[in-house]
Amino acid sequence: MSAALAGRDLARAVRRSARPAQRVAFLLGLPALLFLFVAFVAPLGALLSAAVENPEVRQVLPQTAAALAQWDGASTPDEPVFAALAADLKRANEDKTAALAGKRLNYEMPGMRSKMLSAARMAGGASAGPFREMFIAKDPAWGALETWQVIARTAKPYTLYYLLTALDLQQAPDGSISRVDAENAIFLSLLARTLWIAAMVTIGTVVLGFPCAYIITITPPAVGRIMLLLVLLPLWTSLLVRTTAWVVLLQTDGVINDILLWTGLTAHRLQLIFSRFGTVTAMVHIQLPFTILPIYSVMRGISPSQIRAARSLGAPALSAFWRVYAPQTLPGVVAGGLITFILSLGYYITPALVGGPADQMISNFISTYINRDLNWGLASALGVVLLAVTLAIYGAFLRIAGPDRMRFG
Amino acid sequence: MMTGRTTLLGLTAAACLTALPAFAQGQLSVMSFGGAYQAAQRSSFFEPYTAKTGIKFVEQEYGGEIAKIKAMEQAGGVTLDVIDVDGPGAQQGCDEGLYEKLDWPKVGDRKDWQPGTENDCAVGTIVYATVLAYDGDKLKDGPKTMADLFDTKKFPGKRGLWKNPVSNLEFALIADGVSNKDVYKMLATKAGQDRAFKKLDSIKKDVVWWEAGAQAPSLLASGEVVMTTAWNGRIFNANKEGKHFKIVWDNELLDADYWVIPKGAKNLDASYAFIKFSTSPDVLSNFPKYIPYGPVTGAAAKAVAAEYAVNLPTSPANVATAFATDYGFWGDQGEELRKRFTTWLAQ
Repeated sequence: MSAALAGRDLARAVRRSARPAQRVAFLLGLPALLFLFVAFVAPLGALLSAAVENPEVRQVLPQTAAALAQWDGASTPDEPVFAALAADLKRANEDKTAALAGKRLNYEMPGMRSKMLSAARMAGGASAGPFREMFIAKDPAWGALETWQVIARTAKPYTLYYLLTALDLQQAPDGSISRVDAENAIFLSLLARTLWIAAMVTIGTVVLGFPCAYIITITPPAVGRIMLLLVLLPLWTSLLVRTTAWVVLLQTDGVINDILLWTGLTAHRLQLIFSRFGTVTAMVHIQLPFTILPIYSVMRGISPSQIRAARSLGAPALSAFWRVYAPQTLPGVVAGGLITFILSLGYYITPALVGGPADQMISNFISTYINRDLNWGLASALGVVLLAVTLAIYGAFLRIAGPDRMRFG
Repeated sequence: MMTGRTTLLGLTAAACLTALPAFAQGQLSVMSFGGAYQAAQRSSFFEPYTAKTGIKFVEQEYGGEIAKIKAMEQAGGVTLDVIDVDGPGAQQGCDEGLYEKLDWPKVGDRKDWQPGTENDCAVGTIVYATVLAYDGDKLKDGPKTMADLFDTKKFPGKRGLWKNPVSNLEFALIADGVSNKDVYKMLATKAGQDRAFKKLDSIKKDVVWWEAGAQAPSLLASGEVVMTTAWNGRIFNANKEGKHFKIVWDNELLDADYWVIPKGAKNLDASYAFIKFSTSPDVLSNFPKYIPYGPVTGAAAKAVAAEYAVNLPTSPANVATAFATDYGFWGDQGEELRKRFTTWLAQ
C-alpha cells in the first residue's frame, strides 16, 4: 500500500519536475504554432466557409428575403413581395449594388444580371404600386415561378451552388439536382486530368530519379557530393525561369526541334510545346529533386554489405539488388513519389506556359475565378474539392504503404 | 518596364507612404498594365504632370486582376489613387461598387466621350482594337477580311487566337456571314452560340492559343502561326523592332481603357485633377505618339497629328467596319459561355 503510494508520488514528482522543461518547449514552439495557425488553419477555414457562404442577395434585397420567408413557393408571389423588391431595388439603385445581387442570380439563371439592373433603374423612378404588374410588364421573367424559386434559394445564408458546380451538378429552380449538359461539364474531367498529369509526373520522376539516387549512393563520396549539388542546383532558380527555359527548348523553332531535324530523326518539326508531352516533361524536370532526395536519404542508410552478403550466398547481381536492396528503398520511393504527386496537383505556371488548352490543371481555373471573374465562391469550392481529393489520396497511400513505410529523410 | 532601381525606389516610396500619411501630399499612386503601354502613359501623362505640378508618381503594375483592388479594399488599406482598368474591369468593378462614383463635372463634359467609353465610375482614355495580323515578309498576298481567318484552304497553316471566348465567338459569326451589328443579338441565342462554336470547330485543329498580349506577335515572329488575332499596339511595336507585320482592319473589335478611383482612396481631389489633366485634348492627343491607341474624346481624336492618326483603330480609314465589345452582354452570358468555351477547348 505504502509502496504503491510512494510509486504514484514518485511519478507525480517526475511529471512535476518535467513541467518547466515542457513549458519552455511549448513556448519555443509557440511562434511556429501561431504562424501555422495564421498562415494555414485560418485561411483554410476561410476557404471552406467561402465555398458555402451566400451573402449577396440577402445584403442587397433584405426586405424581399424577409418577405419570401413566408412564401409557399407554389405560385408567383403576391404584391407584398413585389413591393418589398421594389423598395430594396430602389435603395440598391442609389447605392449601385443591384449588380452584385444580379451577378449572384446570374450564376444560377443566366440573364438575371441585366434584368436586375433594368428593374433597379425602373424601381428608382417608381413611387407607387401596384408593383407586381409593373415588374411583369417590364420583363415577363418576373412573373415566372422559376425566377422566384431561384431568388428564394439565393436569399438563404448558405448555398450548395458552388460545391455542386465544382462537381458538374446543377440545381433546377424546383430544387432537384442533376448533371449539367455535356457541353458545360468541365470540372470533373478537369479533376481527372489534374490527377492523371500528377500521376504521370510522379511515375516519370521515380523512373528517372531512382537510378540517379542509386548512382549518387554508390559513387565515391567526393563525386557523390558534386552530383547531389547538381540535383539541388535547379532549386536555386525560380520556377518561372525554369519553365521559360522549357518554352525555349520545346517551341517549334526551338533547340530540340532543330536537333531532331538536323540529325534526320524526324522529317518535319514536331508540336512539342503547348502539348501534354511538353507539360509533363517540364514538370518532371522541376519535380525531380523532390523525388530524388527522399530516395537518396533512405538508400544511404542501407548497408552495402547486405548486397555483398547476398552475392556471397550465391544470389545473382540483379536478384541481389532486386530482392535485398530494392525493397528497403520503398519508404523513400513512397515518400518521394507522394511529395511529387501532391505538389504536382497544385501546378499552375508550368501548364499555363508550356501546356495547351487541354493541359490546364485545376489551379489554372482557381486563379481565373479569383483574379478575373471575382467568383471567389467557386474558386473556394474548387479548392475544397482539390483538398478533399488530396487528403483522400494521402489517406489511401498511408493505408496501402503504412506510415512506417514512408520516410521523408 | 520598371528597372530594379525604380522598383526599389517605388517600394521605398510605398513604405514611406504607409509610414507617414502626411508625406503623401505631393504624390499620386497609380497602377496600370505595365510594358510599352505604361511607358507611353509615363511619357505622355505622368512626366508632363510632374513637370507641371511637382506631384510625383508611384507606379505599380498589374495584369487587370481586379481581385487585387477588391482585396485591397476589403483589407481596408487603399494605397492606390488612380487605376487603369480594361472594359470588363470597368463594368464589373463599377457594378460591384469597387470604385468611387465619379463627380463628372470635376473630370470634364461627359458628352465629349464617345458612347460606351464612360460610365458612372470610369473615365475612358484610349481605344485599342483586336485585329487580324500577319507577317508581310512571309505572306505576300495576305488575308483581307475576317473570313480569311477561317479559310484554311486559301491560307493553310496554324493561326493564333486569344484563349478567351471574347473576340473569337464574335469573329466566328462574322466569318460565317453575320453582320457585326447583329453579332451580340445572335450570340444571345442558343442557336447563335451553336453556330459560332461550329464555325470555330472548322479551324480548331489549326489554332495556337495565346494568353498574354505579347505572345501574339512572338507567335508570328517565330513562324509558329501564319496569322493571328492580336491587339493592334502590340503589332505596331513589333514593327518598330524591324518586323513587317500587316494589320487587317476589317471588322476590328474595339475596346477602351479607363481611369478609375478605388473606393476609399485618400487623395480624391488630386486624383480628379490628374484624370482631368490626362484626358484634356492637348495631353490625350499626344498619347498616340508613343503607342497607337486612339483617344476616346472627340476633341482629342481630332487633335492627333496626321502621321500618328493613320495607325489608330479610330482613324476614318480603319474604323469603317469596326464594332465594339458589348460588356453588358459578356456580363450576362460570360459565365456560361466561358464554361462552354473551356469545355470545347479541352475536347
